Amino acid sequence: MAEATADTATPTPGSVATGPMLAADGVPLKRSLARALRREKLRALALIAPLLIFILVSFIAPIVDMLFRSVENEIVSETLPRTVVALKDWDYESGEGPGEDVYAALYVDLVEAEEMKTHTRLGSRLNYEMTGISSLFRKTGRGIGRMDTDAYTKAITTLDAAWNEPATWIAVMDDDSARALLPETASAWSSWTRIVAANNDDIAKEEPGDFLFTTLYRDLSAATPDALAGYEGPEAARVREAAARIGSIEPVSLREQFLDIDKDWSDVQVWGTIQAFSPKYTPGYFLSAVDLQETPSGIEQQPDDQKIYRLLFKRTMFMSLAIMFSCILLGYPVAFLLSSLPLRTSNVLLILVLLPFWTSLLVRTSAWKVLLQQQGVINDVLVWMGVVADNDRLVMINNQFGTIVAMTHILLPFMILPLYSVMKTIPPTYLRAAKSLGATNWTAFWRVYFPQSVPGIGAGCILVFILSIGYYITPELVGGTTGTFISNRIAYHISSSLNWGLAAALGTILLVLVLALYWVYDRIVGIDNVNLG
Amino acid sequence: MNATGPAASAFVEFERVQKSYDGETLVVKDLNLSVAKGEFLTMLGPSGSGKTTCLMMLAGFETATHGEIRLGGKEINNIPPHKRGIGMVFQNYALFPHMTVAENLSFPLEVRKIDKATREEKVKRALDMVQMGAFGGRRPAQLSGGQQQRIALARALVFEPELVLMDEPLGALDKQLREHMQFEITNLAHNLGITTVYVTHDQTEALTMSDRVAVFDDGVIQQLAPPDELYEQPQNSFVAQFIGENNTLHGSVEKISGGRCTVRLDDGQVIDAMPVKVAGEGERTLISIRPERVEVNSDSLGPDAHTLDAEVLEFIYMGDVFRTRLRVAGNDNFVIKTRNRADQTRLAPGEKVKIGWLPEDCRALDA
Repeated sequence: MAEATADTATPTPGSVATGPMLAADGVPLKRSLARALRREKLRALALIAPLLIFILVSFIAPIVDMLFRSVENEIVSETLPRTVVALKDWDYESGEGPGEDVYAALYVDLVEAEEMKTHTRLGSRLNYEMTGISSLFRKTGRGIGRMDTDAYTKAITTLDAAWNEPATWIAVMDDDSARALLPETASAWSSWTRIVAANNDDIAKEEPGDFLFTTLYRDLSAATPDALAGYEGPEAARVREAAARIGSIEPVSLREQFLDIDKDWSDVQVWGTIQAFSPKYTPGYFLSAVDLQETPSGIEQQPDDQKIYRLLFKRTMFMSLAIMFSCILLGYPVAFLLSSLPLRTSNVLLILVLLPFWTSLLVRTSAWKVLLQQQGVINDVLVWMGVVADNDRLVMINNQFGTIVAMTHILLPFMILPLYSVMKTIPPTYLRAAKSLGATNWTAFWRVYFPQSVPGIGAGCILVFILSIGYYITPELVGGTTGTFISNRIAYHISSSLNWGLAAALGTILLVLVLALYWVYDRIVGIDNVNLG
Repeated sequence: MNATGPAASAFVEFERVQKSYDGETLVVKDLNLSVAKGEFLTMLGPSGSGKTTCLMMLAGFETATHGEIRLGGKEINNIPPHKRGIGMVFQNYALFPHMTVAENLSFPLEVRKIDKATREEKVKRALDMVQMGAFGGRRPAQLSGGQQQRIALARALVFEPELVLMDEPLGALDKQLREHMQFEITNLAHNLGITTVYVTHDQTEALTMSDRVAVFDDGVIQQLAPPDELYEQPQNSFVAQFIGENNTLHGSVEKISGGRCTVRLDDGQVIDAMPVKVAGEGERTLISIRPERVEVNSDSLGPDAHTLDAEVLEFIYMGDVFRTRLRVAGNDNFVIKTRNRADQTRLAPGEKVKIGWLPEDCRALDA
């Protein structure tokens, strides 16, 4: 609209017409300015580009990928594609196990999974949701090759030895109408080609697997006479012949076969779990991260003896707050002193504040162990002074107290430095002015000095709180069982239990929590009021 | 010490006050000063002369190493600043940035536990007094320098102190605003009958605003006098040179008689002068003449007046006056000022002239 006015009215540059301000060449001033600034912007962008790209590639992208694992659940539908489809119509609430079709689908799926060695991974995944599934899958994987389905193989090859020839299968399975007639077999055949390829074998030389005959039996039994009669594809006569005599073959119940391997396959809980986790994305990890669980019958509380994460989140928040407040209490007077001293003295003292930075974190934490342990320096002194009895020494390490003490010490500089940099900018004349106006020392401090130091407190609090909420090493070393943080649990899931999905969910919650607190903080204090010096 | 004052009406008194920060040197040496009630007294001096220290001792932010400071006849050496009830305006105003203008003004009333209604009324009156009634809701950062200055003034006055101290309050303002505020502050102080002690290093400010000016140097009051006396009758060479523009010539006293002395300048020429502070005949002296009291090629001086040869070095047109720099008796920085009148001759560089002055305008001071 603005340009339209410029074109039609053609006002003189800088005229007070209602149109936009024009530059000397008649181009709207805003556009001229944007063009003039574009080069500057590009230059600025070019300067930060290397770092930006580096961070995007090596930091942001992996983190996003990692966080994505908290909802990702493709393993079930990828490992058991047919079972997932077959289970769709099964109703958990009925209380009865699924029908033969589902077992047949599971059979084909597991044959391929066993060959590809993916069934154990699926077992571990589902084991997070239901204990025991892992061993069930392992056991079934071992037993799947020894099932009685070879009865089908024998029967069909006895009928017509040509079915034992890979060439027959290749010819039939290459045809669209045959695949339409024999859907399960076609699906199983695609698995077969993958298995053969994975073993670097030649499909034309490999004897077809038992499961192909099982599916062929099922397809031929299910095929309608019309469909069979209308089949004109390759080996039509052979297929019709097999179909005509299929009724003479003794059927093998796949359900029974599975139950022979493990009775758990009759457990609706197992099937319910597989069904509940068949979607590609699942809230399961997040539910676990807040002590809930997704069961076939909906979202439920975890059993009380397995509830841990809500407690850990609460403890992490509480201890971070405690550390933050002790940092304020200890850091504020120090920063105040530093800012009111002459520069030369304050520089020396500042070095003392920074000294811990130059010492290894492990050394500092270990030093606290030496000081605080029951046979440690502080207890020894207290016993020597008679404050505590020798057989009743204080427990100050490997618990919350020890963690708070050690972390307060480690994070204190992050409180003092922003406080100091803010306090340094508060001229001493403000205090003098307040006193000359009749305020006592305390009033002058509280009403005049303190409000102006709030931005420093804010900056220090953000730094200390966010650092401590994700702290790992110190709680790991001195936290014991009551002083560990949520980050210790995340590390456990990353490196020990290998439940990365849960670790990602916990990490995501932690991140959201920090962002939410940041937002609240912005609303209350105002992020503009934060001064990092 | 020439710190004299009507002791009967003395409101602020310094008696033999000394101050040292390091225990080795005295920043303020034996200060005796009394300020009468309602008086506007300025402490003027170069930086490091001890004037601000004096003010801080009066306000209570520094303690006197020795001596007594009295306010209204009561010794206040050991009274903390917040109990002294002295209003103070700081160099950079020291308005509390986290409070609005009204809150700033209300602060001294709040700490005095004055009720809300009275507080609001007093704040409003104080703001109106400095013509800032509409700005109560603003923050100091939203005000211009001059406006902040007014608020600082209002805040120092809102709790109705009898004594107000001002520490170079106009230093941060531009020239025009400064001149305007000088006028306003003086008016306000006189109208309210407040005793004011004002510290500045700007002599124009001191001269235009004060009832009396105390010129500080080296921790000592060099002269304490009303502005006109200070300018026209400086008692020593420091004051003569510090206040206003001043021409100096070095020489020795030849003869003192009848309120006049004859001085032989270093180049041999002889002039007449008023012996103000000379050690005696034959001693070194410093001659001081104000630029505007020098006559050029004039016969109004009389036949027996001594005149000096001078060479014009530079002529500067300044609008209302002409400023001419001359070489006189070996001094290249001898300046004369002449009013811009229609008949005034404009001297050209290189021109040789005769200059002279009335002997009473020429003061012989300590060398």
